[in-house]
Amino acid sequence: MRLPSGGRIDRAAPLRFTVDGVVHTGFRGDTLASALLGAGVLQVGASPYLGRPRGIVAAGVEEPNALVQLGPEPMVPATTVELVDGLAAETLSGRGKLLEPNTREYDKKYVHCDVLVVGAGPAGLAAALAAGRSGARVILADEDTEPGGSLLSVRDTPEWLGRVTGELATLDETRILTRATVFGYYDHNYLTIAERRPGGGRLWHVRAGHVVLATGAHERPLVFADNDRPGVMLAGAVRTYLNRYAVLTGRRAVVCTTNDSAYATALDLLASGVDVLVADTRAEPAEAAERIRAAGGEVRVGTAVVGTEGSPEVSAALLSDGETVHCDLIAVSGGWNPAVHLHSQAGGTLRYDETLAAYVPDRSRQANASVGSASGDLDPNEPLWTIPAPNGEWDTHFVDLQRDATVADVLRATGTGMRSAEHVKRYTTIGTGLDQGKTAGVTTLGVIAAALGSTPGPTTYRPPYTPVPFALLAGRDRGALHDPARVTPLHDWHVEHEALFEDVGQWKRAWYYPKTGESMTDAVLRECRAAREGVAAMDASTLGKIELVGPDTGEFLNRMYTNAFAKLKVGSARYGMLCKADGMVFDDGVVLRLAEDRYLATTTTGNAAAVLDWFEEWLQTEWPDLRVRCTSVTEQWATIAVVGPGSRAVVTDLAPDVDLEFMTFTDTRLANGVPARIARISFSGELAYEINVASWYGLSTWEAVMAHGVTPYGTETMHVLRAEKGYPIVGQDTDGTVTPIDLGMEWIVSKRKPFVGSRSLRRPDTVRPDRKHLVGLLPLDPTDLLPEGAQLVAHDVALTPPVPMLGHVTSSYRSAALGRTFALALVKGGRDRLGQVVHAPLGDRVVPATIVEPVLYDPEGTRRDG
Amino acid sequence: MLQIRCPWCGDRDEVEFGYGGQAGVPYPPDPDALSDADWADYVFVRDNPRGRFAERWVHSAGCRRWFDAVRDTVTHEFEERS
Repeated sequence: MRLPSGGRIDRAAPLRFTVDGVVHTGFRGDTLASALLGAGVLQVGASPYLGRPRGIVAAGVEEPNALVQLGPEPMVPATTVELVDGLAAETLSGRGKLLEPNTREYDKKYVHCDVLVVGAGPAGLAAALAAGRSGARVILADEDTEPGGSLLSVRDTPEWLGRVTGELATLDETRILTRATVFGYYDHNYLTIAERRPGGGRLWHVRAGHVVLATGAHERPLVFADNDRPGVMLAGAVRTYLNRYAVLTGRRAVVCTTNDSAYATALDLLASGVDVLVADTRAEPAEAAERIRAAGGEVRVGTAVVGTEGSPEVSAALLSDGETVHCDLIAVSGGWNPAVHLHSQAGGTLRYDETLAAYVPDRSRQANASVGSASGDLDPNEPLWTIPAPNGEWDTHFVDLQRDATVADVLRATGTGMRSAEHVKRYTTIGTGLDQGKTAGVTTLGVIAAALGSTPGPTTYRPPYTPVPFALLAGRDRGALHDPARVTPLHDWHVEHEALFEDVGQWKRAWYYPKTGESMTDAVLRECRAAREGVAAMDASTLGKIELVGPDTGEFLNRMYTNAFAKLKVGSARYGMLCKADGMVFDDGVVLRLAEDRYLATTTTGNAAAVLDWFEEWLQTEWPDLRVRCTSVTEQWATIAVVGPGSRAVVTDLAPDVDLEFMTFTDTRLANGVPARIARISFSGELAYEINVASWYGLSTWEAVMAHGVTPYGTETMHVLRAEKGYPIVGQDTDGTVTPIDLGMEWIVSKRKPFVGSRSLRRPDTVRPDRKHLVGLLPLDPTDLLPEGAQLVAHDVALTPPVPMLGHVTSSYRSAALGRTFALALVKGGRDRLGQVVHAPLGDRVVPATIVEPVLYDPEGTRRDG
Repeated sequence: MLQIRCPWCGDRDEVEFGYGGQAGVPYPPDPDALSDADWADYVFVRDNPRGRFAERWVHSAGCRRWFDAVRDTVTHEFEERS
């Protein structure tokens, strides 16, 4: 019920809002929760598992019950929602809905500061002022809509608050962030702040010199029978609603407390004309007891609430002295937990303080200090973890309202022998709700300790302090901005010619070019046929290109590659393979010798950066004496592969002077004057060329190639053509467990020089005869296409687990040249099984296939020279 | 997010760096002279201490230089270079 005057709300600004479709009115300065209470609405969504009626309990982030759906945002505590005109919310029972699309705008900001003060209550304000006056760069962040913290909840907000915020505003290097929750504290004083802004939010990444944790404290509820009844509220929240929002949450109140703090609530209620009975569980009351009595209230010591009545909202409290007191509000305080979350996230240790019956910060691991209530600067507290019911039952003593977990649940856990809070948590799910046990956590530890006769065990906290929308973490890194897309100089041409694309690393590569009405299979077969029978061209610009310069480059390449490059002739090219130190294939590509002291190494599209890093690592850390410099030139060149028996005619027409032997290249000019590097390299077995031009000549050169009636082909055709020749693709036919020998490529492994990984190729494990070898597979039914990844088993093995696996399919295609399907596979001892039939069990059917040599097309190599 | 001091560029966020594992494990001058066990030790076995650890980093998104640093694996504190 709203009082006619008082509070920090703006009565001149009434705001209309709806909850579950019902229209209410609140004021600017309200939270959704205070506006609901002001409108006389106490009950929120029923409890998630038991369906019990529930009401608003708290006034801040610790609220366990009043979760609402706010547009696209699920499960927001109504106590943290700033009321705006037209707000529409739905109450929830434990689960929200993630609605698409989330059109709110989220962004990120990265800042440094000397001092980050978390929490703008009295302690935080004092800290920020002291730091700010020194000239330090200060950020003061608070989750509330205005600075003040607990000072906003007292009857008369002290004038000091206005003075301090006024002075802080004059300090150029001090920034106050409101609606800004510091939710994560990571290594080296790196903190993250979720700032709520109209229509979205901002994620702050802060690197702070020093951090002051003035995060306050959360009040604990009391655990008595039917303590979840609407009308049972935290005493501090009752006071906040009364003083800050001018909302009276009851007319007849029972205040049950284990400490002095609730007396302030009792006095403020009395001043507002509420009947108050204080049930103090301690033997001695607070000094304020006299003032309670003087104001017309009653104080009973050694007395607790042991149960509640109501239908469903509170109509009476049952006291431990046997009396039933009629009331419509039970304000409880079981003590206060310093908000040690960030201190603990930062690696700080906690200490159990017997006087407070709470955890307080012990040692900090990072440059931070806790101040005010967060440091344990609180009134003493006499803990009362559980209050027995007259009937001896524990099944309505709620510990975690959000998980509907009771003392009976905890006792069931400890009764089965669980001792660790972590086990009890997993068994009962206590503390796993959206509030992460802000009201339940320490209480549960107390209940466990009471059950086991021990002291409460330690606990640690992890980010986030409060839930953070994924949309905020993502910020603008969504859709096209999620990851950079790299495109070649020919990309627009591929788009115009309706290529489909595949992602290779960050690159968009033309996959195939379907003509109208063509399926992928049709298009790829057509492109393959063109490459084998006529002439076809592919954009190969994405291949990694590294220029290596220096007098020791030949020696360096000899040490890195499995084969030798020091004696490669200038003007020649050689296919090379790289292994890691474990002898496993890492990458491959053609290396060109451009000059005595200059080589160009090409890499696979996906590994370009990794190979450059690999070269740099060895040059810097192992062989700094070698005079070699590496430069990535991937994006400086456009590369066009021209393939097929008709390719010579096309290239000769474009560059009349070119007459190249296989695996040689020339730096020349095209007939139109464009400088070009043309190489005779083949990844298909056909006569083939690679035309390299500066990237800005890429498109015109490609168009010149296409003008000769050349068929464009994409990566899928490239994969088929190379597989027909048994050429492996690193990362598809290899997976980091495959040596060059396993691939059947002994010829590329030099016996005359050591290279990185050479020693590993003589380890007992790498010379096992039953290693997996790369082989070809021909399904017995030539139309059957094996799925890539299919497991292979012996033909005579029973398909009842465990089934011994022989290997798996790494590549599988339809071949135009072979007129059938085929596959490559890694098979145990595969080269010794040539001619054998293996089975690929595919769930509903078994595909038999014959193991063959991996080179299925033109094994004699007759097509290479056209 | 660690803050790592690149000897050439100064303090930078961890995202700019690549990790190179234990420092001070040189490539054997003559791998062929090693027994299988000694070679396997070089290739596969690294220390994993709780506490002080000398390790390699590379400033991948900066100057691209490799360097060694000593870090406490419990607290993540780096030792100042003398």
